[in-house]
Amino acid sequence: MTDTALQARIGRKWRKPPFIKNAALRWGLFIAAAIYLVLSVGSLEVNWARVSEGLIRGWRFIVAFLSPDFTTRGGDIRDGLVESAIITVASTVVGILISIPIGLGAARNIAPLPMYLVCRGIIALSRALNEIIVAILMVAIFGFGPLAGFITLSFATIGFLSKLLAEDIEDMDRVQAEAIRSTGASWLQWINYGVQPQVLPRVIGLSMYRLDINFRESAVLGLVGAGGIGATLNTAFDRYEFDTAAAILLIIILTVMALEYASGIIRARVQ
Amino acid sequence: MPISDVSGRKVWQLRSRNQQLAHWAMWLAGVAVFMWCWQRISEATTWVFVWDAPRIAADMGSRAWPPRWSYMSELWAPLWDTLNIATLGTLLAIFAAVPVAFLAARNTTPSALFVRPVALFVIVSSRSINSLIWALLLVSIIGPGVLSGLLAIALRSIGFCAKLLYEAIEEIDPKQVEAVTATGASRWQVMAYGIVPQILPAFAGITVFRWDINLRESTVLGLVGAGGIGLQLKSSLDVLAWPQVALILIIILLAVLLSEWVSARVRGAII
Repeated sequence: MTDTALQARIGRKWRKPPFIKNAALRWGLFIAAAIYLVLSVGSLEVNWARVSEGLIRGWRFIVAFLSPDFTTRGGDIRDGLVESAIITVASTVVGILISIPIGLGAARNIAPLPMYLVCRGIIALSRALNEIIVAILMVAIFGFGPLAGFITLSFATIGFLSKLLAEDIEDMDRVQAEAIRSTGASWLQWINYGVQPQVLPRVIGLSMYRLDINFRESAVLGLVGAGGIGATLNTAFDRYEFDTAAAILLIIILTVMALEYASGIIRARVQ
Repeated sequence: MPISDVSGRKVWQLRSRNQQLAHWAMWLAGVAVFMWCWQRISEATTWVFVWDAPRIAADMGSRAWPPRWSYMSELWAPLWDTLNIATLGTLLAIFAAVPVAFLAARNTTPSALFVRPVALFVIVSSRSINSLIWALLLVSIIGPGVLSGLLAIALRSIGFCAKLLYEAIEEIDPKQVEAVTATGASRWQVMAYGIVPQILPAFAGITVFRWDINLRESTVLGLVGAGGIGLQLKSSLDVLAWPQVALILIIILLAVLLSEWVSARVRGAII
């Protein structure tokens, strides 16, 4: 910095540099955001009479949360939970089994180009489609029941797990894999002894995480008729039985907390 | 290292005998649990419908194609609503998530014993309940409409944003905070000049990432009456207007791809 420039700065108060350096872009984004906000808030149609009426019901729900009713619909809640758990476990297992070959195929460093493109296409399709939309189509095709939920979640698991597995394989240490190959190992031996040990800890961690996600998702599949606790929850809301709904929500929260805690321990142990 | 003696020759093995047995027992238990789950799903399934599924799927496909393009004129308003639900919901969530994150982070919480567990509970309960369930709850409390969807998205996103944000806060460089503290800055000044600049890129990244997820989720919120394009999807499904369903699914897919592209570009520009 030259002397005069320094002199010009001394005596002026220091100001935090802005997050976006380009002033025109900064102000342009700011004005665009302001216009958007005005337009979008203006287009909200809110029935305030209905909302104020609902506040009473909201208060009832909060009170219900403090005294949840686990017993009146105990049987329904238990059946729903067992079904959710079954869907979760089965779809996670099947999802993992299918995503391993697809994940291998989607890793550019071990798969040929045509295979890579096909597998990446499957992953993109699975990730782009929302679970609920898939569930609606599956219910329409396979009928009501847990099978539709199971297929939906397996399909969603494939997109999630194969993508992360493929990225992990692409990031692996080439040296180890090459060492195995130089012993004259076959392709299967190469994958099993050169690639698998490097990615296994992360795959186990991701599978646990996905189990957790699948349980959370299985709670909503019931809304569209694909089995699980969601159907029970939906009925409870429709009948304004807020104490039963609160009980179900509390069970879901506690189960997710427990699963998260368990998966944290398992991930810490394998990594 | 386990080495067994096979008629005088030493053979290397991966696991000792007990390890091997434990390994097999674990696999056996896993397979048994899966088979039991599968049996329960199979019992709850009407297999006649499943064998019929390919024909049904082909039939649905032939009815849905070609999509009814003229229906597009009725979709612009719901699309605008969907965008608003996602954007305003994300904004609301961010405003609520920032204080929660500061209360939950170990290095900024006022009390690790009392305040932190409460903040963590808020985060977990918000995260473990799907936005569709939040929407269901809000629709039954404040009535159907865009406001319910917007609040549902916000409630679901608070936990997500706060969790990622408090992890970012815990990972900041303490030296910069110390340097600002050493100048005699007040608690708020330390936060504004020592902590916020360090987490601002993460904050912007999280916001855009969540916005992308929220746009996906807001496309289906209408299924439970919470506004957006899901409403049109539901009414089309209810009257079996498959060409309209096909058009809506195409639009949703395009919206999702577009939002993913936008979020990837913005995150690329920030990080």
